[in-house]
Amino acid sequence: MSQYVLRRLLIAIPSLLGISLVLFVVLALAPGDPFSELATNPNVPPEVALALRAKFGLDDPIYLRYLHWLNAMLHGDWGFSFVSRMNVDTLILQRLPTTLYVIGSAQILALLIAIPVGVYAATKPYSLFDQVANTLAFVGFSLPTFFTGILFILIFSVTLDWLPFVYTTDIKGTGIHWLAETIRQAIMPVAVLGLFQAASMTRFVRSAMLDVIRLDYVTTARAKGIGQRRVIIKHVMRNAMIPVVTLIALQIPAVFGGAIVTEQIFRIPGIGSLLISSILSNDTPVVMAVTFVFACLVVLFNLIADVLYGWLDPRISLR
Amino acid sequence: MLDKELRSMIGDVKDGRMDRRGFIQRLAAVGLTAPLANQILALGGVAMAEGVSTYKPTKRGGGGALKLLWWQGPTLLNPHFATGTKDQDGSRLFYEPLACWDPDGNMKLVLATEIPSTQNGLLAADGKSVTWKLKPGVKWHDGKPFTADDVVFTWEYIIDPATAAVTVATYRDITVEKVDDLTVRLGFKKPTPFWADAFVGATGQILPKHLFAEFKGSKSREAPANLAPVGTGPYKFVEFKPGDLIRGVINPEYHMPNRPHFDTIEMKGGGDAVSAARAVIQTGEYDFGWNIQVEDDVLLRLEKGGKGKTIYAVGGDTEFIALNFTDPTTEVDGERSSIKTKHPLFSDPAVRKALSLLVDRESIKKAIYGRAGRTTANFLNGPEKFVSKNTTWEFSVEKASKILDDAGWKPGADGIREKDGKRLKIVYQTSINGPRQKTQAIVKQACQKAGIDVELKSVVASVFFSSDVANPDTYAKFYADIEMFQIPMSQPDPAQHMRRYHSSNVAAKENKWQGTNFPRWINKDYDATIDAADGEMDPVKRVALYIKANDLLFQDTVFIPAQHRLKVEASANTLRPVISGWANETDNLFDWYREE
Repeated sequence: MSQYVLRRLLIAIPSLLGISLVLFVVLALAPGDPFSELATNPNVPPEVALALRAKFGLDDPIYLRYLHWLNAMLHGDWGFSFVSRMNVDTLILQRLPTTLYVIGSAQILALLIAIPVGVYAATKPYSLFDQVANTLAFVGFSLPTFFTGILFILIFSVTLDWLPFVYTTDIKGTGIHWLAETIRQAIMPVAVLGLFQAASMTRFVRSAMLDVIRLDYVTTARAKGIGQRRVIIKHVMRNAMIPVVTLIALQIPAVFGGAIVTEQIFRIPGIGSLLISSILSNDTPVVMAVTFVFACLVVLFNLIADVLYGWLDPRISLR
Repeated sequence: MLDKELRSMIGDVKDGRMDRRGFIQRLAAVGLTAPLANQILALGGVAMAEGVSTYKPTKRGGGGALKLLWWQGPTLLNPHFATGTKDQDGSRLFYEPLACWDPDGNMKLVLATEIPSTQNGLLAADGKSVTWKLKPGVKWHDGKPFTADDVVFTWEYIIDPATAAVTVATYRDITVEKVDDLTVRLGFKKPTPFWADAFVGATGQILPKHLFAEFKGSKSREAPANLAPVGTGPYKFVEFKPGDLIRGVINPEYHMPNRPHFDTIEMKGGGDAVSAARAVIQTGEYDFGWNIQVEDDVLLRLEKGGKGKTIYAVGGDTEFIALNFTDPTTEVDGERSSIKTKHPLFSDPAVRKALSLLVDRESIKKAIYGRAGRTTANFLNGPEKFVSKNTTWEFSVEKASKILDDAGWKPGADGIREKDGKRLKIVYQTSINGPRQKTQAIVKQACQKAGIDVELKSVVASVFFSSDVANPDTYAKFYADIEMFQIPMSQPDPAQHMRRYHSSNVAAKENKWQGTNFPRWINKDYDATIDAADGEMDPVKRVALYIKANDLLFQDTVFIPAQHRLKVEASANTLRPVISGWANETDNLFDWYREE
């Protein structure tokens, strides 16, 4: 087992190097310039943009810039943002808690809905409950978040005036009041994201359950007179959850990556909105850092998913 | 003639026979007003008027929280590194200049005690130096006194090329010396008619020497104060998250009486203009929304029964269509649109004239800009004294067709006009932006009726406005026949704005397309006019020269102005913001208050 993990980690190194190289080259070749806004300002002489390019090493050949970046990264220096001239790691850490809170809550909400609904629907396939759950699931993942987000804003903020639609990180007050406000402002984004995730996950849980529920050992368990409840929870669910756990493990990097569209709509200062504004302003060090961290997380959680698989299902051997 | 009349009027004001308001009104009638009218008075021997404050509260604080929504949040808080106005806006909450511009273009004193004039002896008669008296007793937020040393240091900091300050253009040709602790003298190399550039407004924000002295030049990025400003402004810095949030609290020792009104200030970033308008106008979650470039229909709908309204400020921003005077399809020495070529179609003035008749500015206003636009024939639309009254515009497909017919451009089999085997087909490019694509559609439709085939092209703004030498789609390379955008006018003076089209500034491969004359228009008369205006100390002659320069651009149809755009902001009904078209939104923040 430990040998397997070690081997996988060693394999990850060249693949991460490859990913970083591709990312770097693509970003370097992409059109645009972090100092382009300066060009449209008649107050700013063109020499300033040129001086800044030279100062930040943008005029060096790509391979040199890549090696500089790689070297700095290995020393734990993530570089600094051209746009805010702040260290990239501070910038990311500043936004990580919000992302984890909002996206994490959304994932938990999705699980809380998907697992019970999926399981119950699978125990009574083609019943009324199953039909309704299925229909809602289809509606849920057919509606994009930018649509449901705006719909929610129109209903709950504009018409009913119940919830704020601008997310703020500096809520005034302490204790209960602070907590209540923090929860209140997250309701809409969490609901939008959570329901969207729940919809597809419900379908997944249901089909995983149905695959298992038909197996002979389940019939055997029932024949032995074990109650429906125990059969479902102890015998069916445990096996049916194997693919679901993998799915969840692979979703976790997305929790760190944020949700670009939803963050933009509700002005949530998370990683997603940092990524999109950095892309728009050609702030390559930030884009590079966020995407690279994301790549690392994907590789890591892939490994964790595989390890979990072996632990959940001993028949799968890891070699 | 204008000259003499003006002189006698200035005399009248001096002797008290005419009041200042009357003078400005008279000037407005001749086509001269606001900021420069005041400067005319200053140079004519009468001091520049100080802007009248509309501030009502009688005590400091008590206004609660002021919540500002900037849909592009500031990403850094050093005004001299600002990549856009958003960063200047954010820095201006904490840092201050010596003076700023009010909505009428009058000067308002901030850290200075007196507006320089020849009368009080602070403005040299030859226009080669100006002296500023600093307010005594002003303290930085950390308690250190504000003195002339800070002003001189700010200048030294900016002009160091290694600092790479974006405001360097304003400061590199001047000298700044300390006369005493509360007096600085600015020296100019040549007579400078517009002396109110350095240390005034957003680019004039003064930095504390004691915090930046160690971080001048190549170490400029490392200054901790870049992210945690210590200024002299009405609000003290609390917290900054780039692109997301700036927070500040009242400065209880602020140097203006009874100010500021608000106890805390918050500037939130992110999102888009429409939802920002909604958060201010419809739900009232925020007090003020910046730069609400949203279709007028949408704004009118939001305003019905809303908690806020839109407000407008007039400046000099002109959305224009520029014509390429060189050939974008032929490559010469590795560059297209080379100055060595002539545009195959536009070298015929009739084609340029016809095009300007085909831009329906009234429809563009009605369909797109609404209350935020004004139709105009001029490239230079402000300050008002510089606006030419000699020009007119018209929309007429018939007249355009007639001009083309007369010039020998005859419709071919497919309706597209041609002459000597050259077909009237043009490529029309702009950046991707809702109003711009709609304007393109309106112009294209009219052109088709007149037998001109227009191919529309839209480029992502980050590419279009970039200075990327390798990219063919930048506005500076201008590999198209016509292109549309605007160049913001950031100060109430046209010198900088008009100098761009001097023939010495042609954008070309040899200057990496950094030259500012992107239409590649060359006119000796224009060059001479601009050169003369640059050194002209007589304000009246100077105005006349810039009007002439504008008229030359008009006669040659270098630009077809599509719309004179106003600043649009959203404000809560109870908020009394002070917004100038000649300054940043936060420039007059000390005068903002909430009506009870």
